Amino acid sequence: MNAEASALIEKVQRDPEFRALVRRRSAFAWGLSALMAAIYFGFILVVAFAPGLLGTPIAGGVTTIGIPLGLGVILAAFVLTGLYVRRANSEFDAMTRAIVERAR
Amino acid sequence: MPNPAQTLNVEAIVMFLAFVAATLVITKWAASRTRSAADFYAAGGSITGFQNGLAIAGDYMSAASFLGISGLVFSSGFDGLIYSVGWLVGWPIVLFLIAERLRNLGRYTFADVAAFRLEARPIRTLSAVGTLAVVAFYLIAQMVGAGKLIELLFGLPYLYAEILVGALMVTYVAFGGMVATTWVQIIKACLLLGGATFMAAMVLVHFSFSTEAMFRAATEVHPGGISIMAPGKLVADPISAVSLGLALMFGTAGLPHILMRFFTVRDARAARKSVFFATGFIGYFYILTFIIGFGAITLLMSDPAYFKAGADGVIDKVGGLLGGSNMAAVHLANAVGGSLFLGFISAVAFATILAVVAGLTLAGASAVSHDLYANVFAKDRVSEHTEVRLSKIAAVAIGVVAILLGYVFEKQNVAFMVGLAFAVAASCNFPVLLMSVFWRETTTRGALIGGFLGLASAVGMVILSPAVWVKTFGFPAALFPYDNPALFSMSAAFLGIYLFSKLDRSARAGRERAAFEAQFVRSETGIGAVGASAH
Repeated sequence: MNAEASALIEKVQRDPEFRALVRRRSAFAWGLSALMAAIYFGFILVVAFAPGLLGTPIAGGVTTIGIPLGLGVILAAFVLTGLYVRRANSEFDAMTRAIVERAR
Repeated sequence: MPNPAQTLNVEAIVMFLAFVAATLVITKWAASRTRSAADFYAAGGSITGFQNGLAIAGDYMSAASFLGISGLVFSSGFDGLIYSVGWLVGWPIVLFLIAERLRNLGRYTFADVAAFRLEARPIRTLSAVGTLAVVAFYLIAQMVGAGKLIELLFGLPYLYAEILVGALMVTYVAFGGMVATTWVQIIKACLLLGGATFMAAMVLVHFSFSTEAMFRAATEVHPGGISIMAPGKLVADPISAVSLGLALMFGTAGLPHILMRFFTVRDARAARKSVFFATGFIGYFYILTFIIGFGAITLLMSDPAYFKAGADGVIDKVGGLLGGSNMAAVHLANAVGGSLFLGFISAVAFATILAVVAGLTLAGASAVSHDLYANVFAKDRVSEHTEVRLSKIAAVAIGVVAILLGYVFEKQNVAFMVGLAFAVAASCNFPVLLMSVFWRETTTRGALIGGFLGLASAVGMVILSPAVWVKTFGFPAALFPYDNPALFSMSAAFLGIYLFSKLDRSARAGRERAAFEAQFVRSETGIGAVGASAH
């Protein structure tokens, strides 16, 4: 790494906004990861421990509760990635740009 | 009813040849554009987020998941949904924790990132071994599946099918590099999504878009009756279920051919977008396979022409499907679209295999040329030109090995191989990558010992598991009770990295910890990232 880049990195490191960015993004990313894991493993554990629950018919029909729940996990994965990308590509990218500009 | 096992499927062959011709034209075009190492490994960073999302989906949606999951839904209903959900939930993790940091720190392979501040030789060797192990296990599963499928659909002998697949994948990779591989995957993803959409739509039209009517019809003809609407035998015990879940969720974030795709886009922003699109396409695809599986139950099980009667003249509506339950989607194509659409889906299945094996071959070849050769054996003494040439030679070698492995494993049950690939990815590649990027204390010694512990324990436990020790080797009892080792091998890897990093008091460890801050700033901001201006 050249000297110019390492000077830039040192300045960024000292910027309180950088710490704020890291804190916010980490909390968001790890929080969403934990949420995804909780949704998926929650689903799997219900399958393992209470399969009868997922086999409960909806409104007296053939369709069971398990169908919308399973599709819901797929939808949740998509929605959570969408939430992350929206915030990262606007708020976090704007913060990053401002931090790098200031450091130059 | 044309039986794909016996007749030469003319429509399928014509459509497949059209696909091959198109991909070869693309390969020729890609070859003319591939000059530098960046072009060869990373398509020069010229792929957009949307294109990369499609290409990732094309890399990930294998013939096994298309035919296998719809076949699982066909034979056991709801269980197929449990299974497909697991294949999707790794993607958010890839996005939240890996994608943008990988793009900010690396150039061509994930080893670039793992070795960013750690010592290049041992860490790149470890990453290359992890990559080649994943590629080998995945390739065996794909090659054997491809040979059998092509034999069934096109009437081509098994060995010829292996050679054809091997030759085409090497052609794409060696001549067209990442540009050709990416476009093969994009075309395949569009064909597969289009074909599956048409099939699912025809099924829904048949039931006037009432899924309740579809499910009711399915429970009326399926021998399992109403039980197919609830969890069945797939999840036997919680430990196995959680272990498989961990392998799927975190293995995705350690698949070398997938991680490579994040270097083909311009910057972190595009890397994020690609995961968003990929998750959408893959999730949509799994919903389609669920509808296709139920459609196959309703439309095939009521028609004896799709089944082979047993010796007593009785039809087994699950196991007796011509070609096995994995052929459910192929037979459904005939039922909803006639022989022309059957040919289309057969060609798509073939194209699907080609795209997946091409991605794997490129990842394996890059590990050999970029990680092992350029950075371990001939450190700093190798020109870009030589490195790329070596990568092409490695691709040819991987092709030959893949054909041989496909031939050797023809008669073996290779169903566990993809699970093993995910277990190794989750237990070796993922922990090393995650800990080196996020944890300051990680040292070369810790990553090396932990990574090899994860790799060795994953492979060892799979060999001793019921799927291999009993079903393949024929021993009476398994020495390790679970088919998936990830719960234990991932723990071993993370614990090993933690413990041996903490215990590492060497001068090198001190330097590596001191280098964390600069790596951290770059991973979070993209300052100095390859191919992109620092925002």
